[in-house]
Parts: sequence; C-alpha cells; structure tokens
Amino acid sequence: MVSRAREQGPPQAGPSVTTALSALVRRDLRLALRQRGDLLTAVLFFLLTAALFPFGIGPEPNLLLRIAPGILWVTALLAVLLSLERLFLADGEDGSLDLLLVSPLPLELAVLGKVLVHWLSSGLPILLSTPLAALLYGLPAEALPVLLLALALGTPTLSLLGATAAALTLGARRGGVLLPLLTMPLYVPVVIFGVAAVDASLAGLSARPHLLLLAALLAAALPVAALAGAAALRQAAE
Amino acid sequence: MEDGCAPGDPGALVAEGIACRRAERLLFRGLDFRLEPGGLLLLGGPNGSGKSSLLRLLAGLLRPAAGRLLYAGEPVAAEPAAYRARLQFVGHQEAIKPVLSGRENLGFWCRLRGLAGGAAGAAALDAALAHFALDEIADEPARLYSSGQRRRLALARLLAAPAPLWLLDEPSVGLDSRSVAALVSAIGRHRAGGGAVVLATHVDLGLGEAQRLDLAEHAPDAPALAEWQW
Repeated sequence: MVSRAREQGPPQAGPSVTTALSALVRRDLRLALRQRGDLLTAVLFFLLTAALFPFGIGPEPNLLLRIAPGILWVTALLAVLLSLERLFLADGEDGSLDLLLVSPLPLELAVLGKVLVHWLSSGLPILLSTPLAALLYGLPAEALPVLLLALALGTPTLSLLGATAAALTLGARRGGVLLPLLTMPLYVPVVIFGVAAVDASLAGLSARPHLLLLAALLAAALPVAALAGAAALRQAAE
Repeated sequence: MEDGCAPGDPGALVAEGIACRRAERLLFRGLDFRLEPGGLLLLGGPNGSGKSSLLRLLAGLLRPAAGRLLYAGEPVAAEPAAYRARLQFVGHQEAIKPVLSGRENLGFWCRLRGLAGGAAGAAALDAALAHFALDEIADEPARLYSSGQRRRLALARLLAAPAPLWLLDEPSVGLDSRSVAALVSAIGRHRAGGGAVVLATHVDLGLGEAQRLDLAEHAPDAPALAEWQW
C-alpha cells in the first residue's frame, strides 16, 4: 500500500482535492447564474408569501409585530425547501452523480460543496431581502440585526438538513412529496431558536443564548449532512 | 491478453468469482477474468444479462454480492479512492449540463479529476475536442447538441483526463461511422500506451484482438453452470 501511495501521487493529496472541490462549486454557481429563473424563485416566494400575511390578517400593527418573527422564519424555511428537490436530482438524472462518485473528490466534500452553492443561491438572497420583508411588519430597527444574524446562522442549517433529506429521497418515486415531510420535523429546532432570538430582542432581552444555540445546530448539522448525505448518495447510485 | 505480462504486474485488473445482485435478482455469478495493461475485454450477452451492472461494479458504483476485485495485485475495496483515480467511466448517460458549453462541460470533468487548468490543460482539452470533431461547436451550449454530439463529448472525457483503465458502456450508440473510427483509434492509442479497456457492446467495432466475456454463460440459471457447480 505504501508503494501504491507513492506511485499514485496526487489523487489523495491536498491540491487535487481543492481543485476538484472548487471546480464543483464554480460549476454549480455557474449553473445557478445561467438559470436565473431558479435563482429568483426562492426570493420571490419568500417576499410574496411574507407580503400575503398582512393582507390575510388585517392592518393591526401590534398583532403583525407579534407574529412577524414566526412568519418570516416559516416563509424563509418554505422558500429554502422549494429549491431543495433539484439539489441532487439533476445530477442523479443526467449521470453526473455517477461520475462524481467515480471522481477522486471525497463525496462528503462534494455534498458540502453543493450545500454551499444551495445556500448561496437560496439562503443568501433570502437574507438580503429580509429587511424589505421586515418593513412590511413594522419590525423595529433594533430587532433587524438580530433577525439577520439568526437567519445567517439558521439558513445554512436548513440547507444542510435539507440536503441530507434530498439525498435520501433521490431514489424515491415521489421524492418531491416526501422531501418536505422528512425535512420539516428536522427544521423545528431551527425555527424555535430563530424565533426566540428575535422575540428576545423585541422584549429587550439578550438574544445571545438563542444565537449560540443556532450556531451549535449549524456545527452539528455540518458533519451529519456530509456523512449522511454522502452515504445516501452512494446508496442511490447502486 | 496474455502478452507476456508477469502475474501481479502493476495495473492488471483481476476479478475473482464476482457475483452481482440487483434488487434480489442474481444477474451473474462466478465471474473470473484477468485484464493486463494494454488489454481489451469485450462484454457480450443479451439485454439484461448484466453488462452495465458489471461495468458499474468495476467502476466501484456497485458492490459485488460475492467475490473480489483486484487492481495491481491489491483488493480494490481496500483503497477505493486510489482505484477510482485510475479509471474513467462512460456510462449510458452523458452527464452533460445543457446550459454549459461543450468546453465548459469537459473542463469541469477534467478539473474534478484534479487536473489543473492552465495552458497544458487547455491544450489537452482542445486535442480531445478535436479528436471527436467537436472543436467547431465546443463553445455552443450543450442543449443544442444532437445525441451523437453529446455522446462524442462524453467520450472526449477519456482523452482530456487520461486514466489507465477505461470502462465503456456501449460507447458507439448513436455515433456515425466517422465518430466510431475516432473512438476505435482512441482505444487503439490508449492500449498501445499500456491502457486497459473494458467495453460492453452489441456490435463488432473492429477493435482488434480482445478477450471476450459472455455474461450469458455466467447467468445463475444457465444449465452449463448448474452442471459444474454441483
């Protein structure tokens, strides 16, 4: 094995893995940018759904402010869900997944690379459009940074957990229906702490513990998504 | 290809008693072969006899239900990453993203295999595209490609990102006679350079001397097999 590793050279060494990972991330970003319609779907869904609630509930500033954190979190969550199904499906259907599995890039890293692009193309635009949505609910300016920070910590977790579920449902016949059913229970802790952080800052309390818990969820979701996602993809390719 | 290679010579791909099961159905069993560097293994057998499954198994996408696979004298299962770095797999699907150009698609698959870009990489890419006569349409989006052109783009991966072992699943499907000739010459050069090829096909491509493996002979219910098994 030692002699093999020597004559083998680069495959497992650092540079080729970074080349491969950056190639995957760059290609997926390029795909996302070329298919701008997909990119806009998540943001528009988020903004339009958030804009619908005030119409349904009526112009009661206090009530709107009370429910704003919950509404914004749930709509952000649904917007993230919207684009999750395509995460591995396109690669699975056109044979790219097979080649990804055969490539020297560790599949765990490939999953994280795809999650990064998913977040950049759904979580980040949602984050950037949140101030606009917050305006609809009259969220005070001092609560907005906390909401943004909570979303910045929480939406990557949504992408990571969603990616695991997307990988698991890849081979399933009705994956599109199964995916939200699998994902939503996993999203409960993120929503609880995300909303609690904003509520705390609205009540004049410290949002720090809730934000730390969101960060902890993110730290836990990283390895889980990488390992479980890769295992599920290997299974799907069989 | 018993052309004087010593047993255990680096690069020999050896299958020992491989069996493959898909969804509770045994496709084939007791499969043995030895493929030396420079060798060509032609897989034959009727539809559904497991040619594609064997290729996916050799690519490490499927696990054998029994038996083992050795590459350069070492079990593939012990170091799958090192083995994967030595093979190129072209399956039924072309793995082409329609919104990217042919060159972008090809460049991505090269970099994914750890090949750096730069002038040398670009030259290899151009040479691969030119070999399969894709150089003129290389910068068009791949959604405009015909099925034969998609096939050629998939085959160009073999030349752009060289690997000692090629696993090809019916590579000539949809190709015109000129492209088949390009494929045959690519395989010839690859073998002359010490590369090995496993190829599943229903048509005679005129690839010269080759080992042949008929998967129908290894089907679990084949009478011949039943006789010598018991």
